[in-house]
Amino acid sequence: MNILYDERVDGVLPDVDKNALLRALQTQWPDLEILHQGEELKPYECDGLSAYRTTPMLVVLPRHIDQVQGVLRLCHERQVPVVARGAGTGLSGGALPLEKGVLLVMARFNKILHIDPTARTARVQPGVRNLAISQAAAPFGLYYAPDPSSQIACSIGGNVAENAGGVHCLKYGLTVHNLLKVDILTVDGEHLTLGSQALDSPGFDLLALFTGSEGMLGVITEVTVKLLPKPQTAKVLLAAFDSVEKAGRAVGDIIAAGIIPGGLEMMDNLAIRAAEDFIHAGYPVDAEAILLCELDGVEADVHDDCDRVRQVLGKAGATEVRQARDETERVRFWAGRKNAFPAVGRLSPDYYCMDGTIPRRELPGVLQAIAALSAEYDLRVANVFHAGDGNMHPLILFDANQPGELDRAEALGGKILELCVKVGGSITGEHGVGREKINQMCAQFNSDELTVFHAVKAAFDPSGLLNPGKNIPTLHRCAEFGAMHVHMGQMPFPELERF
Amino acid sequence: MRSEHDMDDSAALLEQVNQALQNATPLRIQGSNSKAFLGRNVAGEVLDTRSHRGIVSYDPTELVITARCGTPLAHLSEVLDAAQQMLPCEPPSFGDDATVGGMIACGLSGPRRPWSGSVRDFVLGTRVITGQGKHLRFGGEVMKNVAGYDLSRLMAGSYGSLGVITEVSLKVLPNPRKILSISLEMDSDRALLRLAEWGQQPLPISAACHDGQRLHLRLEGGEGSVAAAHDRLGGELLDASYWQDLNEHRLSFFDESQPLWRLSLPQNAPRLSLPGVQLIDWGGAQRWLKSDAEAPLIRAVVETVGGHATCYSHGLIDSPFQPLPDALMRYHRNLKQQLDPRGLFNPGRLYAEL
Repeated sequence: MNILYDERVDGVLPDVDKNALLRALQTQWPDLEILHQGEELKPYECDGLSAYRTTPMLVVLPRHIDQVQGVLRLCHERQVPVVARGAGTGLSGGALPLEKGVLLVMARFNKILHIDPTARTARVQPGVRNLAISQAAAPFGLYYAPDPSSQIACSIGGNVAENAGGVHCLKYGLTVHNLLKVDILTVDGEHLTLGSQALDSPGFDLLALFTGSEGMLGVITEVTVKLLPKPQTAKVLLAAFDSVEKAGRAVGDIIAAGIIPGGLEMMDNLAIRAAEDFIHAGYPVDAEAILLCELDGVEADVHDDCDRVRQVLGKAGATEVRQARDETERVRFWAGRKNAFPAVGRLSPDYYCMDGTIPRRELPGVLQAIAALSAEYDLRVANVFHAGDGNMHPLILFDANQPGELDRAEALGGKILELCVKVGGSITGEHGVGREKINQMCAQFNSDELTVFHAVKAAFDPSGLLNPGKNIPTLHRCAEFGAMHVHMGQMPFPELERF
Repeated sequence: MRSEHDMDDSAALLEQVNQALQNATPLRIQGSNSKAFLGRNVAGEVLDTRSHRGIVSYDPTELVITARCGTPLAHLSEVLDAAQQMLPCEPPSFGDDATVGGMIACGLSGPRRPWSGSVRDFVLGTRVITGQGKHLRFGGEVMKNVAGYDLSRLMAGSYGSLGVITEVSLKVLPNPRKILSISLEMDSDRALLRLAEWGQQPLPISAACHDGQRLHLRLEGGEGSVAAAHDRLGGELLDASYWQDLNEHRLSFFDESQPLWRLSLPQNAPRLSLPGVQLIDWGGAQRWLKSDAEAPLIRAVVETVGGHATCYSHGLIDSPFQPLPDALMRYHRNLKQQLDPRGLFNPGRLYAEL
């Protein structure tokens, strides 16, 4: 199943002589690992968004930074597009390869270079797994705060490229808030250091600009992250509600009480039942919604905050509030939430995960609208929600083997994202635009704003060779998208094969 | 929240930018000019942002406030304080009439910065008048948003050289439940050692400054954690106004007897041997230096530990911000050229080349 990548609207990519490029790479770097034929390319044809697949022309797996530099220089000279990839866990097709491009796999760069406990920093190679940083820092009582749910597998280079989030963002920030320095290679292989070991650096904040730039501006070769002292204690409260509206209001009430929980998650009934069936976390399966509220910090404060939150939840109409009695139960409460995606996956042959964000006050209205859309498209939707920071993950259940369900799932997903934009939110909170949400970018930004994004791209990669066709749509695409959207009331480009 | 001075004057600002585009007149963007002493002089027609003012929206339970660029920073703080919330990065004003726009453009943060994050860390979205004469919106009012490049955070600390910031949405947080300031007698070497040690522990420290004789600490958190930390650390009680005086450079250290430099260093950098006197802030990550030493000497010493130095004494040297490596400057120029092709906005404020 090929190609979603739509060269027609995003411009024709240069024709590349695969064999000539392969020979040049082999000659220049005899010990560079290169995959170039049939079966060996298969594992690299998609990232975590496995619905979108393309067989890359070549996959290179460098072990030394000078090899990366060499590959970039050579590709630049020959005008070959390059897609960088870390662990390949991304959910928006940001590392989807190109038929006529090189897939630059950074996973071999998996060394933790230095943990500095007094500076509270870790200097690591881009292929180091997110969780491995916290594990390496643990002997010093430190950890790396951002914890995307794929943290066992995802790599820090990808985290930077996507500005990854997690369940603790409201209190501890996104990837961008936990970085000091990133080393990159530009499209022509020039090395730049963005940020510094200090808390700021002179000039423009290119570190902020690069974080979340989805491999469009440069290739990350080294990352220095901030480490935090591990909170002394963490407690979790589980509150059940007989309506999602009440649960949503309770979130605002907790914040209004001056409390910033370490994590604040919400699940609706479908997600609760799926998780309970799968994990046996002890969730109340009759509840319309549950909130998981984690309070962390110094023992005395956490104790007080638990009391306060319990009162707030009671007043907000919770039908039940439970505090995890011990660490085992706390871990079990979280296990239900952290496995919500695979749990929902058991209810249905396929599911499609959305990533919209909204101002929290809009939650009841948006959930009602999602329910209406769910009925209209005749597909079930389970809702999992980083409630603290307004990041929704509606999971659309479908069966790819039923004719038309794929298209309906995608169309419904698109509608949900446009709804998020309409209420003042965003089409993506943490998964990125990648290939997946490129059309919805046209709903989020107007053509003048997209023009500015293209200008930023041109400042770093004027030839457009880094990750072409991702993140920022062409104006032409948006013009078509807008026209088709209005006329047909469904996803554009129906003539294109999808999945 | 709404005051009689609230006004949406963006049309006039846009008109002035478009006029300037037409006439190829560079613009000197200014609010109250409270931070004009930072950076290089700009020759250009003044674009005064103060008429575009007022809080656009603020819902404390969303933890987001949106304000126009000309809104006085003091007004923003009052509004937040009334809801028992704050801008955790504590931006200094350096003048009674400092504006929100200037706060973002300069990107300066106060004593809480190492623990809370910087001004840019709290930026969620901006509206900007661009070098193409368009009034555009980047980012938004939500905590998480990774759609498109992060232009809003790029604006923070860009000294107005990439566009006119007309509006900003900021994340805010509840005021701490308990605040207590203390001071302990110890020399600076020992203070740096202790700070490095405490930094690895979950202590509720939210400001740490050493003035040469004493280490000043601010503890913030719940009643329990603050009391426990106070018991453990001891020390004399310190008036909370100390932190504002430090932030606004009202301590006697900042007496202008010698040129003032800001050194931004790794948290655990040792005491630097430089002529003049120093004051340690940000738990070690920001040091103020009063010194007659030449810029190249100061910068060379600071660079050896991975830091950089900014001259806070206006007009003393041609490049108050630490010069950039050539390759990095080239990309700065590319970006400026792309976003402000006519070189309209604050030309030369950051660097002569921009």
